[in-house]
Amino acid sequence: MNAILLIDFGSTYTKVTAVDTESEEILGTASSYTTIETDINDGLNNALKLLFEKTGSIEFAERYACSSAAGGLRMVTSGFVKNLTAEASRLASLGAGAKVVGVYSYELTEDDIVEIDASRPDIILLTGGTDGGNTECILKNAKMISTLKTDCPVVVAGNRAAAKECASILSQNGREVHVEKNVMPRFSELCIEPAQNAIREIFLKRIVKAKGLSEASELISGIIMPTPSAVQQAMVLLADGTENEQGIGELVAVDLGGATTDVYSVAEGFPQNSSTVLKGLPEPRVKRTVEGDIGMRYSIHGIADAATIKAVSQLAQCSEERCIEMIDYLSEHTDEVPTTEEFKNLDRALASLAIEMAVKRHAGTVEQVYTPMGLAFAQEGKDLSAVHNLVATGGALIHSDCAKEIAAFAQAKANDPASLRPKEAKVLVDEKYILAAMGLLSEHYPEVALRIMKKELV
Amino acid sequence: MEKKKLVIGVIGADVHAVGIKILYHAFTDAGFDVTNLGVMVSQEEYIEAALETNADAIIVSSLYGHGELDCRGLRDKCEEAGLKGILLYVGGNIVVGKQPFEEVKKRFEAMGFDRVFGPGTPPEETIAALKEDLKVD
Ligand code: B12
Repeated sequence: MNAILLIDFGSTYTKVTAVDTESEEILGTASSYTTIETDINDGLNNALKLLFEKTGSIEFAERYACSSAAGGLRMVTSGFVKNLTAEASRLASLGAGAKVVGVYSYELTEDDIVEIDASRPDIILLTGGTDGGNTECILKNAKMISTLKTDCPVVVAGNRAAAKECASILSQNGREVHVEKNVMPRFSELCIEPAQNAIREIFLKRIVKAKGLSEASELISGIIMPTPSAVQQAMVLLADGTENEQGIGELVAVDLGGATTDVYSVAEGFPQNSSTVLKGLPEPRVKRTVEGDIGMRYSIHGIADAATIKAVSQLAQCSEERCIEMIDYLSEHTDEVPTTEEFKNLDRALASLAIEMAVKRHAGTVEQVYTPMGLAFAQEGKDLSAVHNLVATGGALIHSDCAKEIAAFAQAKANDPASLRPKEAKVLVDEKYILAAMGLLSEHYPEVALRIMKKELV
Repeated sequence: MEKKKLVIGVIGADVHAVGIKILYHAFTDAGFDVTNLGVMVSQEEYIEAALETNADAIIVSSLYGHGELDCRGLRDKCEEAGLKGILLYVGGNIVVGKQPFEEVKKRFEAMGFDRVFGPGTPPEETIAALKEDLKVD
């Protein structure tokens, strides 16, 4: 036996997963409620106690952890044109597992600076201009950022021609600055990995320490990434496989949580037919989006707002008045697990609509353009219609007895042909809630992690 | 010397894809740094690309006859977005059918285009004009 402990320090739960890499089995999982005040080690020890009650005592050879505790990795991004470098830097930050607390385009104003200070970012990503393109905006923004009260590090990934000057402006008062390759070196060409690597490095060096997580570090071999990065890494592995073990191919994954809903896609998303023209920024093959207004408890009103209460009521087969009443109740009782038929129906309806909307926002769209010759098509974002795998995870989903039916709402609808969601996808449910753990495990045991996922996602 | 930067594309709902590729290669070979937006390009896309790349000129192609409608207001939007005085060219088959070119030219110049090119203009002519206007030798 070679037992490995995988820990996910969340903001409300500390989750532990024990794996034997020799038998390639999950030995057990457990989770313990934690609060911001709880010492990080208490949460971990409690979770371990619960785990050992199920499995008996285990000697771990290695321990790895990911974290979204203390608000996760909070990032502010600044770019030049809203649809171009500002969007590229937003995508880069999300893909690095960050919680993006502010996206700014064009020149930062003094009010923006006050707002950024108030949003307490851990890292700022400063971009703007293609290489050789606009330098004015990024230089102005570097000056503005240098007036921030917060001393957070800045990753500069904009116009090459201005990078050095930005760095010297920013580092004047001793601020940590990392200069990386431009997120958009040429028009509409994304290059986000270098900036993402820098973000991850800063996360390891600084953020983990600042958030009190290093106290737990004696126990563990390392906190190696933010939780969303771990999930994303697991999804890339599951889709693409390794040299010796095949993946399952392109996929879409939905993580339905209490406060937000994350959607990942590992797919090219190019237009399916040659008469379709791709418009707008080309999106990365590995893409993550976060819907901050869609969640099953803290953001429950957001679901009803976005989907309309009428749709909720129809799907839940319950009057609109009663639905509103129950939604208000759940928004205040965030750990409520529904027991009555009425509440279960409501939760099912909300989860279905949440998934539908979150995947709809993640997927691209196609628009018909009428010309005297007939129809032409313009696509924006990724075409996911031919993706055959849909992975479903998140507390609200995996504890439901009809997770598959709920997740199927992610698929394309006949009455909404503009949305390029998967047409016919096989739903795989993460019943044991192991995706983040498998992302961690994949750092050192990719093939084991892949085979376990193939076995456990059903 | 640093290359002059051009943003090119076919405006509106126009899908004629061949001419713009030829222009892309011709301008690149002539020593320009060219961002080709392809077909079905909106006014906003030209402007955003020109801002981000700090372009010296926007070159609009229109072949399907609706150019006049599609180009209206482009100069004003450029000014609004901070692309003050950026060089604007238009060419292709910019209006429906055979209209006297002098009149067409006047109408597009009134819209704020610096140069207007008639049907079948060879790329060399445009390149010579660009070099003159952008002071490249
Ligand atoms: C192929 C073609 C199509 C194909 C396009 C396929 C594709 N994806 O590229 C299809 C079948 C889709 C098509 C559709 C239509 N087409 Co058509 N099409 C043509 C055709 C036969 C050839 C175009 C071509 O590729 N030429 C070769 C390239 C190299 O030349 P070019 O495009 O003219 O570009 C050169 C110059 O114009 C110049 N240039 C271009 N832009 C600019 C800009 C500047 C600033 C400068 C200086 C120079 C410049 O430089 C380029 C390189 O040398 C022309 C007729 C013709 N012989 O030109 C009609 C033509 C352009 N089409 C025409 C029309 C009307 C249409 C339709 C509206 C309907 C129809 N009747 O077919 C639709 C519109 C669809 C849409 N939404 O855009 C008309 C336009 C008439 C007008 N403007 O008054 C033409 C002229 C045919 C005609 N005589 O009626 N078409």
